[in-house]
Amino acid sequence: MNRDELAKRIAQDIPYGAYVNLGIGAPTLVADHLDPERDVTLHTENGLLGMGRAAKGDEIDPDLINAGKIPVIAEPGAAYFHHADSFAMMRGGHLDVCVLGAFQVATNGDLANWHTGEPDAIPAVGGAMDLAIGAKQVWVMTDLLTKDGSSKLVEACTYPLTGKGCVSRVYTERAVIAVGPGGASVIELFDTTLDELNELTGLKLEMS
Amino acid sequence: MRTKIVPDVAAALDGIPDGATVLVGGFGLAGQPIALIDGLLEVGTKDLTIVANNAGNGDTGLAALLKAGRVRKVVCSFPRQVDSWVFDELYRAGKIELEVVPQGNLAERIRAGGAGIGGFFSPTGVGTLLAEGKEERVIDGKTYVLESPMKGDVALIGAFKGDRLGNLVYRETSRNFNPVMATAATLTVAQVDQIVEVGDLDPESIVTPALYTDRVVEVGMREWLR
Repeated sequence: MNRDELAKRIAQDIPYGAYVNLGIGAPTLVADHLDPERDVTLHTENGLLGMGRAAKGDEIDPDLINAGKIPVIAEPGAAYFHHADSFAMMRGGHLDVCVLGAFQVATNGDLANWHTGEPDAIPAVGGAMDLAIGAKQVWVMTDLLTKDGSSKLVEACTYPLTGKGCVSRVYTERAVIAVGPGGASVIELFDTTLDELNELTGLKLEMS
Repeated sequence: MRTKIVPDVAAALDGIPDGATVLVGGFGLAGQPIALIDGLLEVGTKDLTIVANNAGNGDTGLAALLKAGRVRKVVCSFPRQVDSWVFDELYRAGKIELEVVPQGNLAERIRAGGAGIGGFFSPTGVGTLLAEGKEERVIDGKTYVLESPMKGDVALIGAFKGDRLGNLVYRETSRNFNPVMATAATLTVAQVDQIVEVGDLDPESIVTPALYTDRVVEVGMREWLR
């Protein structure tokens, strides 16, 4: 399953009428697959509820951007607000779903996605920690493996944490996996067997 | 007749001492009070602590202030960006201090500073490097960390329109940190594209009510609206 197909798969799981924040990077692809009839409203933490697609041509307005600083359009019925209000929406549990990228996700739902911890890395957290704890459900969209072939789904994160026990579901090109206090279990496999998944992750996962 | 309008950027920035803590509005370039930052560069104020979401983009605005060696410390959420080479170089050379704060905590700390709140318990950052050494408390079964309020000696605000009383409105997502920062400084200075007559701004839609603003300077319509 490629990234676009994965984005489509995630879009199918977003409930009717949900308020959703899509993290910077791959998660933004989910927006392209949302069925307009499902009335999903997108939030961007720099102060807009009712965010539309990327702006094109004459639509580009440097005052109207998303959290990735990409020009976007505002949908009819959109609202602007300041940063403290925007993060109150998040922290206050008013968003239904947040989809984030990850360096690592642990079977207990711990998330690491902000800092490699390397000595020369410049730490930059942005809204990652607020997003990680800021929706009723936090999902991760990621490749299962890093470029060097190690699993991003792990027993325990080795990178500095973004949030503890905050993720409930991990969407990868190989499988959808539920994570949390009760441990991890596989919801769905994509052209992969359970044995192959366990081989790749080094975990002993079972179907949920 | 009461007016907070000042004739130019130099007058808007008059009296800002070396060593000041300066809250700077904006998210990337959106809402960044470029004219005021450029003015600060011209005035020569140094040893500044800058509180902003980012640590400068490209070579202009905040980045230029950093490049000129006027900034001792940056408090921000997201210093590292594709175009943050000025900050990156200073940081790697050990020439600038950095305090990284999660974006929502940064906004709320400034809000608390302006609202007279002595601190608050936030769930953001619990169990992470950025909460190390901070007091934790379990409230109704959930763990929070104690965050302190943040204030500035000066706030530099990038607004869209303002009046002589100091009422301000913003434009689209260039609002971002600006209205929060406007509440939390001893001296709040706003640049506006356009000064309008008192009564022209709809009272239902004013985002920053006049009492927060100390000085207003008109800088001309932003390029893409001319």
